[in-house]
Amino acid sequence: MTSRFISLEWKQFFRSSYWQKSIAIKILMFVLALQFIFIFLGLGFGLYPLLKEKFPDQDPLKIVNNFIFYWLLFDLMFRFFLQKLPVMSVKPLLTLPIKRKKIINFVLGKSALSFFNFLPLFAVIPFGIVLINKEYEVSSTLTWMLLMYIFILSNNFINFIIESKSEETELSFFPIILLTGGLFALNYFNIISFSSLLSGAIEAITAHPALILIPFIILAALLYINFNILKKKLYVDSSLRTKAKIVSSSDMSWTSRFGDMAPFLKLDMRMIWRNKRSKSTLYMVVIGLLYGLFFYPNPTYQKMIPMFIFVGIFITGIFMINFGQFIPAWDSAYYKLLMSQNIKYKKYLNSKFLLMSLSSVVLFVLSIPYVYFGWDILLIHFAAMVYNVGVNSHVLMFGGVFNRKRIDLSQRAAFNYQGTGAVQWIIGFPLLVFPVGIFYLPYKFYGFYAGIATLITLGAIGIAFHQKIMKWISGKYLAAKYETISAFDQKN
Amino acid sequence: MIKASQLTKKYSGKTVLNIEDLDIPKGQTFGLVGNNGAGKTTFFNLLLDLIKPTTGHIINQEIQVNLSEDWKSFTASYIDESFLIDYLTPEEYFYFVGELRSRNRADIDSFLQQFTEIFNGEVLGQKKYLRDLSKGNQKKAGIVAALIGNPDVIVLDEPFANLDPTTQIRLKKTLKTLTENKEITILISSHDLNHITEVCERIVVLDKGNPVKDIKTSAETLKELEVFFSV
Repeated sequence: MTSRFISLEWKQFFRSSYWQKSIAIKILMFVLALQFIFIFLGLGFGLYPLLKEKFPDQDPLKIVNNFIFYWLLFDLMFRFFLQKLPVMSVKPLLTLPIKRKKIINFVLGKSALSFFNFLPLFAVIPFGIVLINKEYEVSSTLTWMLLMYIFILSNNFINFIIESKSEETELSFFPIILLTGGLFALNYFNIISFSSLLSGAIEAITAHPALILIPFIILAALLYINFNILKKKLYVDSSLRTKAKIVSSSDMSWTSRFGDMAPFLKLDMRMIWRNKRSKSTLYMVVIGLLYGLFFYPNPTYQKMIPMFIFVGIFITGIFMINFGQFIPAWDSAYYKLLMSQNIKYKKYLNSKFLLMSLSSVVLFVLSIPYVYFGWDILLIHFAAMVYNVGVNSHVLMFGGVFNRKRIDLSQRAAFNYQGTGAVQWIIGFPLLVFPVGIFYLPYKFYGFYAGIATLITLGAIGIAFHQKIMKWISGKYLAAKYETISAFDQKN
Repeated sequence: MIKASQLTKKYSGKTVLNIEDLDIPKGQTFGLVGNNGAGKTTFFNLLLDLIKPTTGHIINQEIQVNLSEDWKSFTASYIDESFLIDYLTPEEYFYFVGELRSRNRADIDSFLQQFTEIFNGEVLGQKKYLRDLSKGNQKKAGIVAALIGNPDVIVLDEPFANLDPTTQIRLKKTLKTLTENKEITILISSHDLNHITEVCERIVVLDKGNPVKDIKTSAETLKELEVFFSV
């Protein structure tokens, strides 16, 4: 049975159109994975000598044990954002003569084989070998290594419990932040010193290997909880079919001032607000607005004015960039409707442009408090806004012509590479870096205001030729129409 | 009205549709039947300019569909769920389509009254998104949306599938009243020979992309079709 499950998974993976199309991303992931493996290997072998050198009068193992708590917290946080419970497409299996228990066990077992559970071993095992070399007791070192592995697996299953609980809440990553932040704070302010408690426990267990039964029992309990959660979910009406929410709908009549673009504007705003994937672009806006606080107060950046241009473009353009790079894929699920309804393509695209420009203006207004750090900052933001509206928005619209990736709006966005193709990488770079370069040349030779004037002029030119540019771009979209329709038709 | 000439569609060398000449006059209720893969949906997709013909073209009221977008103003369609915007409530969806066809909210509200029976209290006023409705109710919303704004041409792919018996009967009634005064051209495809012979005045049978029968519906049509399909 298990071998059949494995073969199903194998086929699902390699036969998905996603895999076949985005090999570039897989290669990128592979390179990243390799890089992490090397880092961890280096850590495993190098940590002991390094600690010995820095703190010659302390036992390196004790120092490491003191840090286990932080590592576990960090690991948990990372897992939450990157690791998903590998739920197989179980729906077709439910009616076949397979015991539910088997399906669940396979799903859980598969999760234990995740890369996240192997990666720490690349540090743990070398470190253990070094310890044995340094004539630590073999049996207690082995116990220590085993204990670490139990911790890793426990984290694996704790993560799934948290994930399944926080799935039900609106702000999905809030619980994990609260939990890890809370534990960290309790520890940091010495209210409850988890790190020393944990290191004490580790030392006790390594001293008396029989005690390893306790973490084992904890792991088994976690497994059992996961089993029960999954068991409850394995019914067509609970997890596979998502819960229906009561809808509050407003008619947004204020949009009517935008004339015939109003229906699309309303549609886009509802799309952004009502779907997980697009809603996170709004959270990004909040993060983006605060981005300036990193740079402006920091004295090291005060000499690097071009850096501020980058920040300005980022702050006033964060929504534009997040939203614009997936035009028209946001509408991929109902693209056929839009293509056969009574819609002129140019109008549809113009409404997207309007939304992006409005966002840039609104973000500029919201960023006015940064004037606290100087009038120049405000000027930079203004120039960045004009540049975003006049140039970047059109670049993003043009990039959309080559967009061929369907987006599933109900998936969350953090670290979701769905819909991301080479286009996004190619377009994303010049959006942020070009304006810095454009600013830099006149800034270098004629001073700050010349640089600002150049940006504003370029933006103004873009706005002046808006109609012409859009006509040209919509021609490109129309030419790519059939290809886009058939690409959006393919689900992963 | 609608005219297809020398129309073929090939996918990697394999012909999936081959219509030499097909003329659908104004006001006709036109039915397409055929087994899976006969090319019914392909024909509709070509008519709506969603795929590119390999050869030939379709002319819809003097407009060649792949050259101009002007046919969109008088043509409405419901092919599959990709014609629904699943994060809207049914009302918002109807208003959206209404706005595209220059109908305001009041127009739509009064238009929807005639479908109270079909909706059976499960579509309107539910405070639910389309994605949370059942398949059948989603389909009802899609079909009704295709009737908004008095289009001259209505294209419905498999309108009867997934609908409950009561709705099937009501839908047939609605379609018949729509075509009473021979103003609206309706194109329907179906696997259900009973329904299609009841609604359509002309039926074309597609087989592996080729039109093999072109029947003016009469009392014997159902028998004839049943004989044709029972191989």
